[in-house]
Amino acid sequence: MIAATPFLRKTLLSVLACCLLAFPFAVQPKEAAPLADDPAAEKRLRSLSEEFRCLVCQNQSIADSNADLAVDLRREIRSMIHEGKSDSDIKDFMVTRYGDFVLYRPPLEGATLLLWFGPGLLFIIALVALRSTLRRRDRTLAAERELSPEEQQKAEALLRAATDTPPKE
Amino acid sequence: MIPELGQFALILALAVALVQGALPLAGVQRGNAAWIALAWPAVRAQAFLLTFSFCCLTWAFIDNDFSVVYTASHSNSQLPLPYRIAAVWGGHEGSLLLWALLLSWWSFAVSLFSRQLPETMTARVLGILGLVSVGFLVFILMTSNPFERQLPGLPEGNDLNPLLQDPGLVIHPPLLYMGYVGFSIAYAFAIAALLSGQLDAAWARWSRPWTMVAWIFLTLGIAMGSWWAYYELGWGGWWFWDPVENASFMPWLIGTALIHSLAVTEKRGSFKNWTVMLAIGAFSLSLLGTFLVRSGVLTSVHAFATDPKRGVYILAFLVAVIGSSLLLFAWRAPKVGLGGRFALLSRESLLLTNNVMLAVVCATVLIGTLSPLIASALGKKLSVGAPYFNTVFGALMVPVVFLIGVGPFARWKEASLAGLARLLRWPFFVAVLAAILLPLSLDHWSPLIALGLALAFWIALTATLNFIARVRATRAGRPFLSTLFKQPGAFWGMHLAHLGIAVFIVGVTMVKGYETEKDVKMGPGDTVEVGGYQFGFLGVRETNGPNYLALIGDVEVTKNGKPYRRMTPEKRIYNASGMPMTETAIDSGFLRDLYISLGEPIDRENLNGEWAVRVYHKPFVGWIWIGCLLMALGGLVSICDRRYRVRANAVVITPSATQPAQSA
Repeated sequence: MIAATPFLRKTLLSVLACCLLAFPFAVQPKEAAPLADDPAAEKRLRSLSEEFRCLVCQNQSIADSNADLAVDLRREIRSMIHEGKSDSDIKDFMVTRYGDFVLYRPPLEGATLLLWFGPGLLFIIALVALRSTLRRRDRTLAAERELSPEEQQKAEALLRAATDTPPKE
Repeated sequence: MIPELGQFALILALAVALVQGALPLAGVQRGNAAWIALAWPAVRAQAFLLTFSFCCLTWAFIDNDFSVVYTASHSNSQLPLPYRIAAVWGGHEGSLLLWALLLSWWSFAVSLFSRQLPETMTARVLGILGLVSVGFLVFILMTSNPFERQLPGLPEGNDLNPLLQDPGLVIHPPLLYMGYVGFSIAYAFAIAALLSGQLDAAWARWSRPWTMVAWIFLTLGIAMGSWWAYYELGWGGWWFWDPVENASFMPWLIGTALIHSLAVTEKRGSFKNWTVMLAIGAFSLSLLGTFLVRSGVLTSVHAFATDPKRGVYILAFLVAVIGSSLLLFAWRAPKVGLGGRFALLSRESLLLTNNVMLAVVCATVLIGTLSPLIASALGKKLSVGAPYFNTVFGALMVPVVFLIGVGPFARWKEASLAGLARLLRWPFFVAVLAAILLPLSLDHWSPLIALGLALAFWIALTATLNFIARVRATRAGRPFLSTLFKQPGAFWGMHLAHLGIAVFIVGVTMVKGYETEKDVKMGPGDTVEVGGYQFGFLGVRETNGPNYLALIGDVEVTKNGKPYRRMTPEKRIYNASGMPMTETAIDSGFLRDLYISLGEPIDRENLNGEWAVRVYHKPFVGWIWIGCLLMALGGLVSICDRRYRVRANAVVITPSATQPAQSA
């Protein structure tokens, strides 16, 4: 932490003010160094580390977390990328070290088949079920609307009776 | 003394809730008018008692009464007043009390605004709400009493988790809970209708505005939470598929299905059973959400309770609610009529398809959220995270979003496939073509970007065409614009909400596709260029906040050599907990956000040296939340529809008002 003595603070502020005033005229400000030298490797690191769980955090990926473990693992992955290891090599390394738990994208195997294909299957089943339900519903409603011969006769009789007797006042 | 008064009020509220839950329901069954009439005063008394109790707890926070265990563990005398008040719901006990309080307010609102309903119906609804309230109050009093004392009291409190010391805490949980609790109204209406057997268009019309209001709150609550995570957590994400986020998203998905389903039940008298199921589902998922968050069975940022007794209670409550509702449903549903007939391709069938798809999407989120739990019960450790959800959810949502464009053109009862294809062929081609060509002019092209944009253009184009078609059909010689603005609220609301989805999709697609990020070491005087802006680091200075010490990084942003603005990302150390926190600096714009987060000093001894800094350029990220706001606005506009008020009055005058309205 910065020492909080008033003197130091004043100095710091005046230095800041100088920087600020000098900024627009600063001779060739130097471009900040990326934390790693190779932007392409950084991009790969970013997308890879989004796939791994930071095991000491509360549900955060290694890409997002600033915990020491995550920082270390990012460094480790970065050095593996520089050694020319492939994505699957790095994934294998993580899994042998931490188990499947580290993978945010569950691997495709016996138990997780349902996880991966369940939704699609459910989707198809639901649509097929919906279609057959709608058909059945339509048939039921159609049958309800059509009158049986007796009902037909009854209705005609009622109609006749209604037209024969004059309405009461 | 005051906490004890709060506790007494809470116990009294439970007693009143028991009366409210038992007598009106029994009264309706036995035809006892006096018991029925008890519902109204009971609701008023409960709302009063819970408000009083909540105020007592709030006072304990304002007054820094650290002899109350809950206050001592969630507050601190240095905490600024607004956060001390918000800290009331910053922990488990207080958020449950907030749940119960909001439930009593919702119940009170129902008792006020349901004068046009038959008395027995309202009494049943209020009775069911009373039973839900009993469940929550017993839970609070037995396992999570916020008024528990420790004597002698502590001289100082533990402080509120610094992550929560943000205006977000003041707004996000109340909004979210208003949504959760609001679905209990839809649920109570559905159960009351099942009990009475009066499952008709009138029921749907009563329940619809309430459900819509709950949905609006939930939409805003989720959006607010996402925005909060975006600016507070400091790594630029806005949705993490965290179990707790999923817990709020599942009721939203089912609630979205529910508002569509209610529309059909109101207009055409169809899908009644399905609507009831969705109402039960939305409420059960709200409870499940509470269970997932509060029982601590899932590792997550939000899960702050790990008492197994609580988990068991909520699980039992959940089983009781879902079980009894489903039993009642199984008993009553077969007697419910089928409603109007419609063809295999019609507005009705398309809405039902949308419903079924949303339910499947919700089931997917549920399976993904629960499978780590199931796996750990089987002795395996499994993670299901964002990469999984993005893939599966994204794939399932494509057909759902496609249907948004088709639905409004399909006619009620029967639509023609050829007619729809003829109408929609052009917007389809234009959307696809534009989506393929537009990214070519940008930084880079990828199939996912094209797909996202195609879906967004598709919604926007079809909505525009639908507006034009509708205005032409209803114009009758009047000017175009005035006809446009005279369209009913329901029509405007629908399209506003759908356009919200388009805007949301544009935001997600653009930020995923074109975001740039630089992770750099910066010392005073260094600059970095991201997204066409130059960020000059001036160094770090120190200031004291009310209850923290801040290190503020000064970053001067210039564009093409012209000064643009100063941004100040912070690193804070909170006095009470010693926890470090990152406060990001964000420059929000309509087309892009600039986002800076200050990391750690490279050399921990030399704070005036180099720092790790993350700088992001996030195109269109704001559209994510603008889209959510549009959805909520759409909901609001649709319930302001004039025909609701007119027909609400008509119910009193003529019973024939229950007939289906003309299509909207």
